[in-house]
Amino acid sequence: MKLSEFEALSGAKRLTKPMEDREITAGYTCDLLSHVMGRGQAGMAWITVQTHMNVIAVAALLDFACVIVPESLPIEAPILAKAEEEGITLFASDLTAYELVALLAAHGVGPVSRS
Amino acid sequence: MIKETYPVKAGDMTAAGDVSARIKRQMKQLGISAPIMRRISVCTYEAEINLVIHSLGGELTFEIMPGKILVCARDRGPGIADIDKAMTEGWSTASNEVRNMGFGAGMGLPNMKRNADEFSITSQVGVGTEISMGFLI
Repeated sequence: MKLSEFEALSGAKRLTKPMEDREITAGYTCDLLSHVMGRGQAGMAWITVQTHMNVIAVAALLDFACVIVPESLPIEAPILAKAEEEGITLFASDLTAYELVALLAAHGVGPVSRS
Repeated sequence: MIKETYPVKAGDMTAAGDVSARIKRQMKQLGISAPIMRRISVCTYEAEINLVIHSLGGELTFEIMPGKILVCARDRGPGIADIDKAMTEGWSTASNEVRNMGFGAGMGLPNMKRNADEFSITSQVGVGTEISMGFLI
C-alpha cells in the first residue's frame, strides 16, 4: 500500500507537505520507544499516541514510511517542521489505533519481521 | 580512519536523537550498508537517550577501524550499581516524566547488546558509565 492509498482509504489528514509516495511495507503500533527501536523496520507505518520530537527521531533513524497519530491527537508545529526536515510523512486520523491496524491489515499490510 | 566525538547534554529531551542523526548522516555519506546502519542507529540512539535521561552529561564517539565500526558512550553520572539488573529487559530507573514520553521501558541496554557484534559495559557508582560497541563491517 502506498502512502497516498492509505490517505484515501482512511480519510487521514496528511500533516506534512507531500513527499515521496513511499510503499508501506509493514505496520506496527506501540507507544514505548525502545520497543519500536527494537522492532522497527524501514518502510514501516508506525501508529502511536506519542507526539513529541523523539518520535520523529526514531522514525527518521529507522527510515519509516510514515507515523500515524490516532484519534486526531494534536501535534505541535515544531514537530511537523522536524518531520518535514527529516522526510517523515505524518498523518492524523480520527480512527483509533485499533481501527487503523484493522484497516492496514485488511489491505494487505503485514506485521514487522520477527527475526 | 575516522574518529568523531559528539558531546551529549543531560536532560535536554528535545535535542535527544540529534547526535544519532548526525552519525547516521555520516554513515550514509560513507556508504555504510543499510542493515549495519540500522543496527548502529538503534545503538547510538539508545546510548544517547540513556545519557540524556540518566547521566550528568557525556559523549558518544564513532570510530571507523579496519573491519569494524566502534561506538562508545561515556558519561559522568550516578553509574549503575547492578549491571546484571540493568541488562534485564523491563528493568528501569527512569522517572515517571520520561516514562510518560514512552521511554523507560527497560529495553535500552538489551537493544544495544542485541544489535552490536561486540558489547561491553563498565560502571562505577558515583563516577559514570562506559559502554563500548563494535560492529563488524
